[in-house]
Amino acid sequence: MTTLTSPSPARFRDLIAAEWIKTRSLRSTWWTIALVGLFVIGSAAVAALADSHNLAAARTTPSGPADFRPFDAFPQPGYMTLMLVAGSVGAITVVSEYSSGLIRTTTVAVPARGSVILAKATVVAALWMAVGTVVATGSFLVSQAILDAQHAGVSITHPGVPRALVASALLAPVCALIGLGLGVLIRHSAATMATCAFTLLMLPTVFSQSKRWSADVNHTMVVAAWQRLVQNWAPEPGSRMFSATVPGSWTVYGLWPLIAVVVAVLVVRGRDV
Amino acid sequence: MIEVNELTKRYGDKTAVERLTFTVRPGQVTGFLGPNGAGKTTTLRMILGLDEPTAGSATVGKTDFRSHPRGLRHVGALLDAGQVHGGRSAAAHLSALARSNGIPPRRVEEVLQEVGLAEAARGRIGGFSLGMKQRLGIAAALLGDPPVLMFDEPINGMDPEGVLWVRRLFRRLAAEGRTVFLSSHLMSEMENTADQLVVIGRGRLIAAEPLEEFAARGTHRSVVVGSPRATELAAVLTAAGASILPQGPAGAGRLAVTGLPADRIGALALEQRIALTELTTRTASLEEAFMELTADSVEYLAGQHR
Repeated sequence: MTTLTSPSPARFRDLIAAEWIKTRSLRSTWWTIALVGLFVIGSAAVAALADSHNLAAARTTPSGPADFRPFDAFPQPGYMTLMLVAGSVGAITVVSEYSSGLIRTTTVAVPARGSVILAKATVVAALWMAVGTVVATGSFLVSQAILDAQHAGVSITHPGVPRALVASALLAPVCALIGLGLGVLIRHSAATMATCAFTLLMLPTVFSQSKRWSADVNHTMVVAAWQRLVQNWAPEPGSRMFSATVPGSWTVYGLWPLIAVVVAVLVVRGRDV
Repeated sequence: MIEVNELTKRYGDKTAVERLTFTVRPGQVTGFLGPNGAGKTTTLRMILGLDEPTAGSATVGKTDFRSHPRGLRHVGALLDAGQVHGGRSAAAHLSALARSNGIPPRRVEEVLQEVGLAEAARGRIGGFSLGMKQRLGIAAALLGDPPVLMFDEPINGMDPEGVLWVRRLFRRLAAEGRTVFLSSHLMSEMENTADQLVVIGRGRLIAAEPLEEFAARGTHRSVVVGSPRATELAAVLTAAGASILPQGPAGAGRLAVTGLPADRIGALALEQRIALTELTTRTASLEEAFMELTADSVEYLAGQHR
């Protein structure tokens, strides 16, 4: 047997590389990304086509430059699906280790449990950041190309577009990290998936925008923050609905994944594997 | 070296491991024996820092295993061959483990060769037999070339060739000066492999001693005698204080005698002019010693619970 003479290095980048090997060596990773990407971009194409038909039917000759139509470029069905898939895949990266017992093999190899979670979070965030960027850019470009036929397309530098694009691109990594945190907390696949879907998509619908307290809760939800950031019009002054603020929505984007990862790191330290 | 001191683990009011103390030394294969549910796996998990002990401590090489940021160069462990992701290839599984510990990628090829999985390295683990998964688990344990190796039921699911291979491997690892700690619920597995034994039952230590000493603890030493006049012989031996159990089919003329040594039985037969066709001393096998001692512990503890 050969002997490994070098001392034991403990580099965080090695953990990231190891988690990346785990992620890319699963074929399901690539299938999931390809399918969700096609679905989201397809949903933008469908929304843009429908809008473009309406514009054609109304036969309105555009007066002046076109307005940005944010929910053609970033339609809700597509992006809610992206939230669900990113959240689930984020959860699966840890839940699959718990359900197979691989987590014990991993923990014996790397007794620094918090570092493992941080490495997983880094890989999950980076991967879904890349997916989110490609998908958001793709759905924007496809929708604008379709709307261009009715002279209703806008460029990527149009007011409101960069913010909507960044918010839509970040949606995937934000949800993936929330899923990862829930996965560490719950550990069981079915329960994690259900909780993830509930937290990301069902829970926000419980709280309406018409009462102050209820709107306040609603605005702390990721989906509400995304809608506010994509939306390019200011709330009507006379409206009886309470609207989220833009800085508040960015804060929501930051806090959810941060809390999810911090809680996950704290929980794994004190728990039997 | 593995040192376990007063190690205790309770789940609620159920005690899985109670005040276990033993030492596993380098250069030897130490068997860790106990019936199913005796607490072997729980003990191994606590040694590996996966489970927190309720009381007591376990150290590997004088340190708490959890204090190492990376583990593979300190301890190689196979806890359960199923603890892998079926969707990955053996090579990817080992590459990720190696990379996490800064182990060069060539080691992956080396250990795959070593366990005989080089051919299957690119195939999905999901398609592996249990024996192949055991080999993969052993490969993972060897990756970091560690001084301490722990295996939980490593030969489950292995074919006879695999069992021979794994025994030779364990002997060789011990000969290289490593600490080899091997759990099993099968005594026969230890007979050909282990130098030392740690035996537990219901979470408590029953024995920690060399294999020969443990085997000698079997109390049921008996002598098998064969004679055409077995009935007469039985009466003579019983009168001399022995206890008799007929052996084999009725009328075969074979008796298992306990309580008298073979030379005394021969002398008594000669005095009575009874011809003997067989006179064999049978020492208790390791398996019997094990069964006897663990059965005692189980009964004893079961009695306490009532």
